[in-house]
Amino acid sequence: MSSSVIEHRPLARDTGTSPDLASPRMRRQEAVSSRSAGTGSSALLQVDGLSLDYAGHERIVRATHRVSFEVQSGDRFVLLGPSGCGKSSLLKAIGGFVKPSEGEIRLDGVRVKEPGPDRMAVFQEFDQLPPWKTVLENVMFPLLAARRLPRVEARERALDTLARVGLADFAKSYPHTLSGGMKQRVAIARALAMQPKVLLMDEPFAALDALTRRSMQEELLALWDDIGFTLLFVTHSIDEALVVGTRILLLSPHPGRVRAELNADHFDLRSQGSEAFQAQARRIHGLLFPEARV
Amino acid sequence: MNTSVRPEFEYALEELNVAPAAQRLPVLQRLWQHSAVRKAVLVALLAAAWELAARLADNDLLLPTFTQTARAFWVDLLNGELPGKAAVSLALLLQGYVLGVVLAFGLTALAVSSRIGRDLLATLTSMFNPLPAIALLPLALLWFGLGRGSLVFVLVHSVLWPLTLATYAGFQGVPETLRMAGRNYGLRGLRYIALILVPSALPAILSGLRIGWAFAWRTLIAAELFFGASSGKGGLGWYIFQNRNELYTDKVFAGLISVVLIGLLVEAMVFDTLERFTVPRWGVQR
Repeated sequence: MSSSVIEHRPLARDTGTSPDLASPRMRRQEAVSSRSAGTGSSALLQVDGLSLDYAGHERIVRATHRVSFEVQSGDRFVLLGPSGCGKSSLLKAIGGFVKPSEGEIRLDGVRVKEPGPDRMAVFQEFDQLPPWKTVLENVMFPLLAARRLPRVEARERALDTLARVGLADFAKSYPHTLSGGMKQRVAIARALAMQPKVLLMDEPFAALDALTRRSMQEELLALWDDIGFTLLFVTHSIDEALVVGTRILLLSPHPGRVRAELNADHFDLRSQGSEAFQAQARRIHGLLFPEARV
Repeated sequence: MNTSVRPEFEYALEELNVAPAAQRLPVLQRLWQHSAVRKAVLVALLAAAWELAARLADNDLLLPTFTQTARAFWVDLLNGELPGKAAVSLALLLQGYVLGVVLAFGLTALAVSSRIGRDLLATLTSMFNPLPAIALLPLALLWFGLGRGSLVFVLVHSVLWPLTLATYAGFQGVPETLRMAGRNYGLRGLRYIALILVPSALPAILSGLRIGWAFAWRTLIAAELFFGASSGKGGLGWYIFQNRNELYTDKVFAGLISVVLIGLLVEAMVFDTLERFTVPRWGVQR
């Protein structure tokens, strides 16, 4: 039973010398090597020549055109692009909500066909939490709905995860009594409690105010250091992409095509003002808006 | 123009110790806060106006006074005639209501799971919702004869369409994100409807149940007036009809008051309670 509960380790983000800091990466390496030994492919998530179309009444609109990329286990993979680049559609397709018209998505080598709890999603909208359930019930809901755990253990794991996002005191509150940032934390706790193969986040902090957004980014990175999940994160903010991501996929708009794939694992919130950070941000800006370059 | 640089300030914040002094409002003002009190006052005023009008008209056959009606109501309440009739009506109503609710959920479940089901629901509701249940009674009498069957048939008709419409509208109002969250959990089919759609649409469903109940109650009383007692046992409608024939106008009014009172009681005791325990707690509705 204890194995079902996420193991406890202190938050070790600020102590740069702590050995804990390296452990997610190490774990990632282990996961990668074991996987590659098994299936011959090293990637956890493979998106292969994916085209997504939306059928309107009059015509078909192409959202993304033959997009390919691979996400490694333990990545914080960011899909970045201006509106209309199909990044949200891409995430929905990986979530199984949208059927691709071309290409395929494989998770652990298995083709994605429909939504499932191995790809838990955190959306931007606050109404993703059922309002008729308390915070605790909300976190337990997917565990019970997917028949992952019996009630008692689901409750235990939900309480544990809520404590990790700092909401233990609000377990009995209803979502409408919480602030926007707290609602997003519940949504994140709900997703993490399921221990998904990949956590999908669709502009989760876009509806928050700037100060809350910053602290949420910080908390997300701390959780990643702590638990070590694989993250697929959609954003339209270059800064957020650099802070949150270890690797960034740049998409060009109308329709979405891959423009570049960049590394960002050496940036965090503290390096935001640094020269290297600014240079990378300028480079991304130039790639996304070539005509606006001065 | 002032070019001097204004000095900057930083203040150390002191502990706030302004405890809000709670003050109780005067008794009368506090009473007036309750909507039940305000409504009771309104009802009393209406009763007084009725009494006045009846005394001015001075014709017991056309308009008995409030006190006469109250006396007739009290007498028939104590001798068991009104409770008996009401029980007959309510028992019948419950049968038709439950059957109508079950059918409505079946139809909406069909509508959310397939496009043809959706078309079926849209077509049927637009055809039958405007059709007064009572207009079907002659046909029902032909099919089911003089008795319970006919009444249950028209009751089902009066509940089914408004409830179906309300439930389906409620289902359609479920936010897209919440739907995706539900499917994300791997919920499908009936579990998806029961665990995501129904709770989320509960405010709409409750108001549909309310409307359905009011329609059914109305239809039943009218139907009882129409063909009277079945198998020797009449309901409230029959009570009203019979007393009108014998020109006991005060009893006619007592019957009408019973209809109103039962309607109010069910609203307040069943539906308001149901709503109080669910919907506002979630903050979905004000």
